[in-house]
Amino acid sequence: MIHSHVLLAHGSGGRLTHDLIHDLFRSYFCSPLLAKGDDAAVWPANLPPEARLALTTDSYVVQPLFFPGGDIGTLAVCGTVNDLAMVGARPLYLSAGFILEEGLPLAQLERVVASMARSASEAGVHIVTGDTKVVDRGSADQVFINTTGVGVVSAGIDLSGANAMAGDRVLLSGPIGQHGLAIMTQREGLQFSLPLESDCAPLNGLVDAMLKAAPTIHCMRDPTRGGLATTLNEIAAQSQVGIEIEESRVPVPEGVRAACELLGLDPLYVANEGKLVAIVPPEMEDTVLDAMRRHRYGREAALIGGVCATHPGRVVLQTSLGAHRVLDMLSGAQLPRIC
Amino acid sequence: MKYLDEFRDAVLANRLLASLERRVSRPLRLMEFCGGHTHAILRSGLRQLLPSSVRLSSGPGCPVCVTASSDVDRAIALASQPGVILATFGDMVRVPGGNASGQANSLQEAKSLGADVRMVYSTLDALGIARVNPGLQVVFLGVGFETTAPTVAAAVLQAAAEGLTNFTVFSVHKLTPPATRAILDAGEVRLSGIIGPGHVTSIIGANAWEFLPRDYRMPCAVSGFEPLDILLAITSLVDMVTSGVPAVRNTYARSVRPEGNLIAQQWMRQVFQVVDAEWRGLGLVPASGLAMRTEYEAFDAARRFPLDLPPGREPKGCRCGDVLRGVVEPTQCPLFGRTCTPDRPVGPCMVSGEGACAAFLQYGES
Ligand code: SF4
Repeated sequence: MIHSHVLLAHGSGGRLTHDLIHDLFRSYFCSPLLAKGDDAAVWPANLPPEARLALTTDSYVVQPLFFPGGDIGTLAVCGTVNDLAMVGARPLYLSAGFILEEGLPLAQLERVVASMARSASEAGVHIVTGDTKVVDRGSADQVFINTTGVGVVSAGIDLSGANAMAGDRVLLSGPIGQHGLAIMTQREGLQFSLPLESDCAPLNGLVDAMLKAAPTIHCMRDPTRGGLATTLNEIAAQSQVGIEIEESRVPVPEGVRAACELLGLDPLYVANEGKLVAIVPPEMEDTVLDAMRRHRYGREAALIGGVCATHPGRVVLQTSLGAHRVLDMLSGAQLPRIC
Repeated sequence: MKYLDEFRDAVLANRLLASLERRVSRPLRLMEFCGGHTHAILRSGLRQLLPSSVRLSSGPGCPVCVTASSDVDRAIALASQPGVILATFGDMVRVPGGNASGQANSLQEAKSLGADVRMVYSTLDALGIARVNPGLQVVFLGVGFETTAPTVAAAVLQAAAEGLTNFTVFSVHKLTPPATRAILDAGEVRLSGIIGPGHVTSIIGANAWEFLPRDYRMPCAVSGFEPLDILLAITSLVDMVTSGVPAVRNTYARSVRPEGNLIAQQWMRQVFQVVDAEWRGLGLVPASGLAMRTEYEAFDAARRFPLDLPPGREPKGCRCGDVLRGVVEPTQCPLFGRTCTPDRPVGPCMVSGEGACAAFLQYGES
């Protein structure tokens, strides 16, 4: 590429656009469907009987673009892959729409695109269509990415936030708070002695292993923005059940704890990008935990609580001292945008 | 490991709670000075586990909350001057002032109307903003107790050493012992003991609280911020009440020394002088604030930008003043949770991460 920065002409549809697509996007996202260069990706719809399609979309506007443990590209792929995985879908194809700010160094864009390709290959999905627009300097913040994903839900799988039932167990796939704090400390230029890395990862492999072990799992959610507390509140409200969590069972890494104390944050409300909460029937608890712990993204999976019929719509936390209090949605606090 | 530690803590806590239950013979009211303690007490559920005879009142230890509404108005006016960048800590931007509706009534609103307001996590960040904006004036709104004042003093010393001419501090820093005195002198709440602020005392030293037993026969236990720390401080206060021998006990020895942090105290003395200060809820408290010394007047925003403003007004219906003196609990304010929520705070106690109203709302008991 001859230019070192993104120019308005890169989005004009002319020669520069063509070069950008050809030299950058197609060379990293090496999918035959994309390489055909048509206006839309076309593939045969041979679904097994009773299988269903899942479709989801998300936009990514994170600052800084690069942070310990990942970048906006990793997030843009993992975030959408995980949204598909949480309904039990096997992700197949992604689209990628880029809004670029004039003046963005092309080397940075290339780093982002390379990360997307790496995450897509780990997740086993193909990026098959895309779009690029360039806006005037100041009209966007470096790069915004939108990804849309299509996946297939096998027969017999029914995951929904509305499926939690009294008696179910609440499992968490690992320690919380890493992503949000990795970003915030990077933004604020804070240095910590303990390393803080984003946990950003595609969870479809873990979900696949869990569903193979126990196809009757009731619900899965990834506690992203708003953190674990918000996700549990959403499930409690959607299913009209109560949820009880034991604070001392929720794994919080030492570095996260220390950074939270300094910044005045509660780890239960901090975003994650590579964790999931699963609501499973009681008889499946051990089977699912076993399957999770055998997967690299679920090694530290833990039972953190249960679902009950009392206080529908509410999450109650048993504190480490043994007292009980409502664990509410987060109100008020202003956190920097992180996903 | 962690699970085991916490499990042991819970066992220890239950033992302490059981022994408190046995020892407390009459109703006691203790005040936790510090907003950080209020949050820890509610977040851990300690409040509901204590014997019913031990009541806790929150005190004026939330720096954002005690900032007088006239000072918030002044900060908004400063931020709205052309060519000025106003930098401050996060919570401060949301605190409502006393301006009439239709005008910007918080730094956040001023920002949306075009004022350049920046949130920083440390005073040094504000210095950094000044360095890269030589054509603009950077005013740091210095809010806080003895914990933050030394860092602001250090930034002023640094600015002086670098010869920065576009950095000033609007100091509304406050001192905690005089406020504690003001509450005891007012005599509105009958207190049996005071849980001393851990972070503040790590700077000023446990000796700074000796006036409590000496002048008021009031026991004081300086406490850390883990629930178990607070429980230990409460136990120690109950011991002193029972034995009738008030003293200052340092239950946070891992951070607090009797004489405190002498270097930090030296910085504060070098840059600031002690003045009378206006507190929300307490009014004018003698010798309770820190203003810039004349030697550093070049860095004093109050001198560089003299403003003539009408006296501050409290938000209508808000009982923050009473909450800060421990006279009422947040839930007794008629606006609590109704018109006043963290998303639409009426008073500062609902804004701050250390405010009592915000803590009561976020950590309501089940
Ligand atoms: S609830 Fe709101 S209005 Fe009432 S005292 Fe607290 S901050 Fe003020």
